[in-house]
Amino acid sequence: MRLRVDWRTSLSLVGTVLKWLWVPLLIPIGVALYYGEPLTPFLVAIGVTVLAGSGLEFAWERGDLGGREAFLMVALVWLGIAAVGAIPFLVAGDGTIAQPVNALFESMSGITTTGATVLVDFDVHARSVLMWRSVLQWLGGLGILVLATAVLATLSVGGAQLMETETQVQSVNKLTPSIRETAGLLWSIYVGLTALAIAVLYGLHLLGLAPSMTLYDAIAHAFTSVSTSGFSPRAESIGAFSPAVQWTMIPFMGMGATSFVLIYHVLGGDVRRPLRSEEFRFYLLVLGTLGAAVAALVFLDPETTYGSVATVRHGLFQVVSIVTTTGYATVDFDLWSPAAKHLLFVGMFLGGMAGSTTCSIKLVRWLVVLKGFRRDLFTAIHPEAVRPVRLSGSVVDESTVRDVYAYTLISLLIFFAATVFVVADGARVGANVGEFEAMGAAASTFLNIGPAFGGAGPFGSYVAFPESTRVVMIALMWIGRLEVIPVMVMLTPAFWR
Amino acid sequence: MIGAGEVGSSIASSLAGAHEVVVVDVDGERVESLTYSHDVLAIEGDGTSLSTLEEAGVAEADMVIASTDDDETNLVTCATAKTASEAFTIARVRNTNFLRTWRRSEGAFGVDFMVCTNLLAAEAIVRIAGLPAARDVDPFAEGRVQMAEFEVRPDSPIAGQTVQEADRWEALTFAAVIDEDEVTVPRGGTVIESGSKVVVIGTPECVREFAQALAPDEKRASDVVVVGGGAIGFETARLLGERGLEPRVIDADETRARELAEALPKAVVMCHDPTDAEFLVREHVAESDLAVVSLESDELTLLVALLAKQIGTGRTVAVVENGAYVKLFEAVGVDVAVNPREVVAEEITRFTHGQQAENVAVIEADRAEVIEIEVDDESVLTGRAIRDAAGDLPEGVVIGAITRNGEVITPRGGTVIQPGDHIVVFADAAVVDAVLDVL
Repeated sequence: MRLRVDWRTSLSLVGTVLKWLWVPLLIPIGVALYYGEPLTPFLVAIGVTVLAGSGLEFAWERGDLGGREAFLMVALVWLGIAAVGAIPFLVAGDGTIAQPVNALFESMSGITTTGATVLVDFDVHARSVLMWRSVLQWLGGLGILVLATAVLATLSVGGAQLMETETQVQSVNKLTPSIRETAGLLWSIYVGLTALAIAVLYGLHLLGLAPSMTLYDAIAHAFTSVSTSGFSPRAESIGAFSPAVQWTMIPFMGMGATSFVLIYHVLGGDVRRPLRSEEFRFYLLVLGTLGAAVAALVFLDPETTYGSVATVRHGLFQVVSIVTTTGYATVDFDLWSPAAKHLLFVGMFLGGMAGSTTCSIKLVRWLVVLKGFRRDLFTAIHPEAVRPVRLSGSVVDESTVRDVYAYTLISLLIFFAATVFVVADGARVGANVGEFEAMGAAASTFLNIGPAFGGAGPFGSYVAFPESTRVVMIALMWIGRLEVIPVMVMLTPAFWR
Repeated sequence: MIGAGEVGSSIASSLAGAHEVVVVDVDGERVESLTYSHDVLAIEGDGTSLSTLEEAGVAEADMVIASTDDDETNLVTCATAKTASEAFTIARVRNTNFLRTWRRSEGAFGVDFMVCTNLLAAEAIVRIAGLPAARDVDPFAEGRVQMAEFEVRPDSPIAGQTVQEADRWEALTFAAVIDEDEVTVPRGGTVIESGSKVVVIGTPECVREFAQALAPDEKRASDVVVVGGGAIGFETARLLGERGLEPRVIDADETRARELAEALPKAVVMCHDPTDAEFLVREHVAESDLAVVSLESDELTLLVALLAKQIGTGRTVAVVENGAYVKLFEAVGVDVAVNPREVVAEEITRFTHGQQAENVAVIEADRAEVIEIEVDDESVLTGRAIRDAAGDLPEGVVIGAITRNGEVITPRGGTVIQPGDHIVVFADAAVVDAVLDVL
């Protein structure tokens, strides 16, 4: 059988991306040099990635990159980086991540900006290895921005279409005419935000407001907050830091999940623009109401006593962390009342704004689903009425509405299937995996959030799940981060013929 | 004058009295019939060709009016005329896009003044929607004065009254009473018969109050159904939306309905055959205040307008393409028939009564005109009381309103007219040019 996909071109491009991974690997090397830790894990990784990358790059003649090749390349790039990213964990050989599946899990959780960890004892790991986790997440956030703006937009799948719809409001289709330039602009915003986060966090330390926030911690947390991913070198996550740091993290996670196009316009002087965006207003509304509701539930729960200001802080922090799909925690929310936990679980399915580093289903899709439903209610009474769905005043075309419905529904179906698998697989090996725990873990990995409930709670570890479950979760993170289609399309025979 | 269709010949006939008119048309038969029916020079030829325009004497012309049924031809004609002449160019277009372009950059396409058939018709319909029972409403003096024409129905309180009894408003002048075949300038004792039409000139408030008194049970239309989403229907719905209404628009074509729904966020667009009475009843078209019907053919428009009337819609306005049907439509029960060409002819005519007339409304298919004039030193009115000047004015002329420095003055016998005053004058069509000469 003849394959109609020019997989050689895809692999060659994957090679090019892998080859350049030596650059980010310099960061943990710097950390290792500073703290006098072994360099071998990263030097091995550099060797492998440069060799494998160049090998793939030059193995074949590169043809034209068509739609199919782009899908294949995108899916394989994430898989390839996850594989290379796992090397330092394996070579370092400390703790749970010395085991291959765990190493790949941790690496995939990093590059997909999930933040689900299989670490158990944080103290056995070198600082450079923990920094590598944060670097992976920062790269993952950057990668998804490029993917969303440059690649997926041209393939017209995913939230990219909707992001375009949003930006059309002011008759500006794209920020600048060329995709390359757009991607470049978004990167600089991303890098700028990260630098700002480092400065603010370390500034708090210098002001004496954050005693434990060292420069190392400031960098590691800036990397994982702006990319809404959620790894922390600390076992207690953000709970290890002062309330001032916890408050500061809320806007940085929030900005990471705000459309970068919107941030670009605000930086350009159009400060009222976010208010004109229906999606942004919805985003604030969701964060506000959910935050208030969770805080109220925690406040009314006699088991938890934080004091009123701290309750608001913890409630809002956890909601922002979950909804933006970051996955930090300031307290072990697994100990909260079932109602509060369930509300957080619901929050997992929301996500932030399209065109950001956020994961999950994304609010713009829910907005379209709700508006589509309201339209359906109207046409139920007036069958002849023609009502376009509008977002910030501009019309969302019907095929996009259909795509959004389909995507949302398919996401939920995958979630259900994954839940069933996690429960069944747990029962098979005799591990005691509860239903809510399974639902939480399935949603948290597939929607790229990070922590879940029970064993996989905010201060827990996914190592509690059987190995087969962890393998499936690696796939879930991969599929979820790429918004399903680029991976699923490869499973269809039509893709190959 | 390029184009001798309905609009062209209508304008030509109203101009022929006082101006030298040359009409150019590609249709030989039309040219011939025009030569016999009007006192104009008619030339057969293509208005977009420079040689034809030169033959028509474009170089010496004061004004070029391009009024064929084709937008592009009209635009090209104006641009061509500009190359050979200093004349003021007027183009008539249907497509509102051209108007938008022209408004953005004055003088685009070599057009000095552009009239848009569809937009003008929609504006006329929206004005009618704003006043109960009005058949025609035109603003003067930047909206401070209104002219309105009303039909006096048998159940109206003023039917059978004299003008003196009916005129209870300080700032309102009865300009004319129009019967089947006669335009009467009313005196105090003139009796207003039911079935006749009255033309009043006054402040918008007074006109509205008068309208209310005429038909106390009718109110300002708030629930409007626009049947037919063509260009006129679309513009009407858009203008109504701008005025805070939420019109319902019905169009049978699925693609067009979608376009309308996307372009009109304020409207509720429905896609269904408007001749389906069951559908109209189900969607409560019967309870609406006003139905504006503008479909692809006059026959269909008439059918749907009558259908709407029959199921109980408050008032119906029909857009009639063929000017000859206007009377017929109104005779069989449509409340107001609007002919886009007539509206356009009216608009173009305002540019043709010399530099004096600022604004013109044509009443009852050219039987009379209402004109706004700025009075200068040479006018027979200047410095005299109206009572004294009246003798120098032709028969069939009424001074309806005066605005001085932005304030409305109701003319009385003793009112002295000053230079710079704007006066709104009603004049029988036969004496319009004579009036313009003396004022």
